[in-house]
Order: sequence, then structure tokens, then C-alpha cells
Amino acid sequence: MTFEYLLRLGDNALILSQRLGEWCGHGPVLEEDLALTNVALDLLGQARFWLSYAAEVEGAGRDEDELAFLRDAAEFRNSLLVEQPNGHYGDTMGRQFYFDAFHDLLLGELTRSSDPRIAEIAAKALKEVAYHLERSTDWVIRLGDGTAESHARMQGSIDALWKYTGELFEMDAVDHEMRERGMGPDLEAMREPWLERVRKTFDEATLRMPTGTWMQKGGKRGVHTERLGYILTEMQFLQRAYPGAQW
Amino acid sequence: MVAAHPAVGEILDWLKEVPDPEIPVLSVVDLAIVRDVRWTDDGELVIAITPTYSGCPAFDVIARDIRELVTQRGVERLRLETRLSPPWTTDWMTSEAKERLREYGVAPPAQLIEIAGTATVRCPHCGSEATEVVSRYGSTACKALYKCRSCLEPFDVFKSH
Repeated sequence: MTFEYLLRLGDNALILSQRLGEWCGHGPVLEEDLALTNVALDLLGQARFWLSYAAEVEGAGRDEDELAFLRDAAEFRNSLLVEQPNGHYGDTMGRQFYFDAFHDLLLGELTRSSDPRIAEIAAKALKEVAYHLERSTDWVIRLGDGTAESHARMQGSIDALWKYTGELFEMDAVDHEMRERGMGPDLEAMREPWLERVRKTFDEATLRMPTGTWMQKGGKRGVHTERLGYILTEMQFLQRAYPGAQW
Repeated sequence: MVAAHPAVGEILDWLKEVPDPEIPVLSVVDLAIVRDVRWTDDGELVIAITPTYSGCPAFDVIARDIRELVTQRGVERLRLETRLSPPWTTDWMTSEAKERLREYGVAPPAQLIEIAGTATVRCPHCGSEATEVVSRYGSTACKALYKCRSCLEPFDVFKSH
């Protein structure tokens, strides 16, 4: 159970990092290129901490690299939100804002985990993620409260991504057990503070709060959109073409 | 070669010779990356280091540089420990280290307690407080990019973290 839980934490960070890395060399301006890849780097470091711990807990002789590079799509436990494509800048920032707002709350809760290792990784990551959230909030406001064109596109992005946010707060058997052991938080209870944060930002950005109620789910148990396979194809290419290759 | 078990203070002095690969005017001691140095009862040297940012690519280079230096000075058994808690903060940097950073052309981080109030970033070149953020991220994870409205120079800021 702990292994499953750690995979979820690690895979969210890993897959979003990989997505952001796709912007490298393609950012709209140099500063944004640097910013996106810096966020990607923070997330990659966090993924490494989580997956190293996951590998230890599993005790099957695997390490974090094997978990990252030698699992197939159905074994990944990231939420559907982070595997969504980069699209245009509003899509990337909308995805980032939804996730950062969730991530910031989640890590805050995890700093109080009864598992000291989880608590210390969360405390480390939280400082970085608080900064990510400030930045993605700024961008949502800048694009939402920008020109008619940027406003319309930002609205389109947050509406389209909305259906992937429900899964973040869903409690399944793994989450319940982690909560009972004091290791993880009640995700359902995080929904309201998250909504409040999102609403406040969208108000400032002159954006409408999305109203859809149907939510797409599955990532946490390994049922992904077809997007994930393409991400892994690129991310895992080297280890699959040259098994055991060392840097 | 030195005595088999040099004192901890001496080892800390050695470590002041290990520069940060990205900001060579600061050592790993200045940056407070070195968290602990101790000898175990059975004669193993343990050096605990902490990463600045989770994904900082300099961290592996730093670990390698420390290992090389300590081995060169005759220490036979070294264990490098990665320590995450308490999480690294720029508040651990000494004022002397911050001054060297400024002379190098990078605006030093403010104490976190000051950020809560008014965060003025002073231009490291002309000292003006009329500065503005260009990008929240600079050339490395630990820096942001600013520009000075007085002397018009762009400059890096070591982010308060």
C-alpha cells in the first residue's frame, strides 16, 4: 500500500516534469524556457526522492531508475491531469495551476505524515512548489485578464482540463489506509480549500469557474489516456533500446 | 598525507576549498550544503550534505568533488550522507558569504523574515533599489533574473528560499 502511494506521488512529479521538459528549446521567450525547465528540474528531483523511497519500501531490488524507465503505462500511477499535452501556453499554465494548487495543499498535509521520510521529502518539496504556484497563478491572471484573445484561450484551457481535476481528491482503498495510519491526508477534505484557491485566482483573472460535473478518472489505478504511452516512448527510449546503459 | 583522523574543524576548512560548481565564489560550507562532519567509533568519516533544490544538477558534482578532495588528503573511509531535514534555506548563509555573492554580481538572498514585509532587491552593481523582476527563474534553480532601472543592467538574484 505504501509502495502504491509513493508511486502516485513520484509519478505525478515525474510525468509532469517530462511534459515540461518538452518545452525545452521551444519556450515563447528565453526566460519562459528557463522557467519551465527549472520547474521540471524541481519536479524531477522530487520524483527521484519519492521513487527511491518507493523502491526501498518495495524491497524487490529495484531502484528509482528502474521504476522510472522500465515500467509500462498501466503500471504508472500518476493522475490524468499531468499527462495532458502541453498545447498552447494557456494549456500548459492551466494544467500547472490546477496541479500546483493541489500539490501545495497535499505536500503541506504530508509534512505532518507519521512516516518521517514522507514528511521530510514533503517539507523539502513544499518550498519549491509554493514558488511554482505563485508563478502559475501569475500566468493564469496575466492571460485571463489580458487581451480578448488570451482571455478566450485561457478560458478554453481551464474548461477543457477541468474534467481531470476530480480524480485528485478521490479517496480509494490506498488513500483510506494511508489516512488511517496517519501517513497521508484526507484528500476529500482538501477539495474545498483547493476550490477556494482556484475560484479566487479565476476571479482575479476575470475567468469563469468551470461548471462541468462529469470527471474522468483512472490514473491512480493505472488506467491512463493514450497520451501517457507517447510520453513513455520518448522518456524510456534509451533504456529500452540499450538495456542497462549507464550514463 | 595527514594524520589518519584529522579534527572535524580541519576537515571543515578543507571543505571550504570545494566551490559550488555554478557559483564558484561560494564554497559548499558557505552555502550550508555541508550539514555535519563526524568520525564514527570505528574510524569512518561521515559527511552529511543537503541539496539546495531537489533537482539541483550540481549536487552530484558536489558529492564527487568532496569525495575526491577528502580522499586526496588521506582519508580512507568516507561515507556521504544525503540529509533532507531540515530543508535547506538561504537563511543559513553567512553575511560574509552574502557579501561575496554581491561582489560577484549576484544580489544575495534576503532573510526570509524580511520577505514577509517589504522585499526590496538591491542592484549588486550600483546599489539602487529601483529594480524589477524579469523572470522568476534565472540560469539555475536557485536564481531569478532582475534588471535595474537606474543603471539598466540585468542581474541575477539568489532567491530567498
